Amino acid sequence: MEQKTLILGVIGADVHAVGNRILDYAFTQAGFKVINIGVLASQEEFIQAAIETNADVILVSSLYGHGEIDCRGLREKCQESGIGNILLYVGGNLVVGKQDFAPVERLFKGMGFDRIYPPGTMPDVPIANLRQDLGLV
Amino acid sequence: MQAVLLVDFGSTYTKVTIVDLETERIIGTAQAGTTIETNMMEGLHQALEKIPEPRDGWQFVRKLACSSAAGGLKMVASGLVKELTAEAARRAALGAGARVLQVFSYELSASDQEKIGALKPDILLLAGGTDGGNKEILLKNAEHLAELPFSIPVVVAGNKVVALQAAEILRKRHHPVVVAENVMPELNVLAVDSARLAIREVFLDNIIHAKGLDKAEEFMERVLMPTPAAVLSAAELLAQGFDDEAGLGELLIVDVGGATTDVHSLAQGEPSKPGVMLKGLPEPYAKRTVEGDLGMRYSALALGEAVGKRLAKHLGWTEEKVHRQLELYVAEPWRVPESEEESSFDTAMGRLAVELAVERHVGRIEVVYTPFGASYIQQGKDLTPLPVVIGTGGVLLRNAQPLGILAGAVFNPAEPTLLKPQEPEFYLDKDYILAAMGLLREISPLAALRMMKKYLVKI
Repeated sequence: MEQKTLILGVIGADVHAVGNRILDYAFTQAGFKVINIGVLASQEEFIQAAIETNADVILVSSLYGHGEIDCRGLREKCQESGIGNILLYVGGNLVVGKQDFAPVERLFKGMGFDRIYPPGTMPDVPIANLRQDLGLV
Repeated sequence: MQAVLLVDFGSTYTKVTIVDLETERIIGTAQAGTTIETNMMEGLHQALEKIPEPRDGWQFVRKLACSSAAGGLKMVASGLVKELTAEAARRAALGAGARVLQVFSYELSASDQEKIGALKPDILLLAGGTDGGNKEILLKNAEHLAELPFSIPVVVAGNKVVALQAAEILRKRHHPVVVAENVMPELNVLAVDSARLAIREVFLDNIIHAKGLDKAEEFMERVLMPTPAAVLSAAELLAQGFDDEAGLGELLIVDVGGATTDVHSLAQGEPSKPGVMLKGLPEPYAKRTVEGDLGMRYSALALGEAVGKRLAKHLGWTEEKVHRQLELYVAEPWRVPESEEESSFDTAMGRLAVELAVERHVGRIEVVYTPFGASYIQQGKDLTPLPVVIGTGGVLLRNAQPLGILAGAVFNPAEPTLLKPQEPEFYLDKDYILAAMGLLREISPLAALRMMKKYLVKI
């Protein structure tokens, strides 16, 4: 079967590189082609990378609490760029402080994300979801 | 004596260099107007006559040439995303010594097709998609290009999965169609060497004939490459050395000409300070940029526009006076400064052209404030530790104060984000031999290297 391609990166002015490396390793081990655009990635970089590599999904990490501001408008820009149906996953410390996850999930669902993960999620959860969403199981 | 004839058929001048391979000496250099309209050979012979002939006549063991005549190697490049494969394609074309007329991104529209038709490039470079990535764009653009009303040589350097298929589509209309390796095999990985070679191959096999340069080949052995490619090749040799003969190390060449200012850097350009992160598309070790709006004669008015009021301020002239002088240069591109005032104008112009051209060539550093303090991001090459800057080009070499012009290449503390060389040593290509040495490298790299080290003067 054709290898599925995913774009991985840490959005905004966020420089958390360790988790990014771990995710890169975990998704590669799980059989995906990982295009890792690293830290300090802008929305445009995610989208450009997805277009050029014909990616199936964009995985956004945000660890520093500004995820809401950084992710707003990403789905709309994807639509504008001709990849409106691409899967969007997001995870990390998406909002400031310890908040109930349910409203956070609602917020990001409203912004057009398909899967939203709370802090402390292990890589096998999104890997299982990806297989499901991409019809690999 | 082992005389070698090296000729650069330039857009304005045909430059001749004769060297003795045995003693590694320059026997003579001369130039005459290029005669592309009639027969290339006329200009060449006029230039040759200026060098005293030995009693038993010239016995050239080799005769090599490069050319930027008839508009140089005109190319159009096309890719998918403007900042990614389209940019990679542009860099590949520049590195092959081309004049890049325009770069297109995404699917070619009807008006893009019209533009390509009007530009009539010598070669078209088609890229798009990483290997295994987007396939549609290469195929669609190949189909659009196949609809053009005439044939253009095409180099395909896109997604390898569909490159051959795209080439098949293109062959319905175009000849030749050469497939090279992808200019961006993985995201943010630049691989321009294969495309550069393919461009050179097409240049040798097709363009020389199309431009009437083959008349020169009846006398010369071969027109080997476009002139900028020869300069870049010489620069690479001079930087890296050959065998036991050491080079000068990483270097920058600034070529200030009448129509453009070209900058070549032979350097890795990695961050020189700790804690700096590299972002964006990596740049080739041998990087060439061409500034079409920074020429000293043909494009003097564009230069005036690019530098704005700085020229008038620098000289203490009125803006009107500056404008008149610029117009004069456009009207008389062969003009050599006649007065001290004009000479100082030339120096100021050159200085600003070099300042801007190097500014656009080098990388820049940006401070990003994160909740954890400041982070530094570098885009492009950090040339601050670069030890050598070399000046060449007609206008620069004729100027009485080449150092005054070249100083524009140096780091300016008032603009600390521009990563220009901080304390370089300056050299001058006084005898105008860089292109010739790029040609000589093809037959004797060691001699070419030693002669450059001998004939480039430190200033």
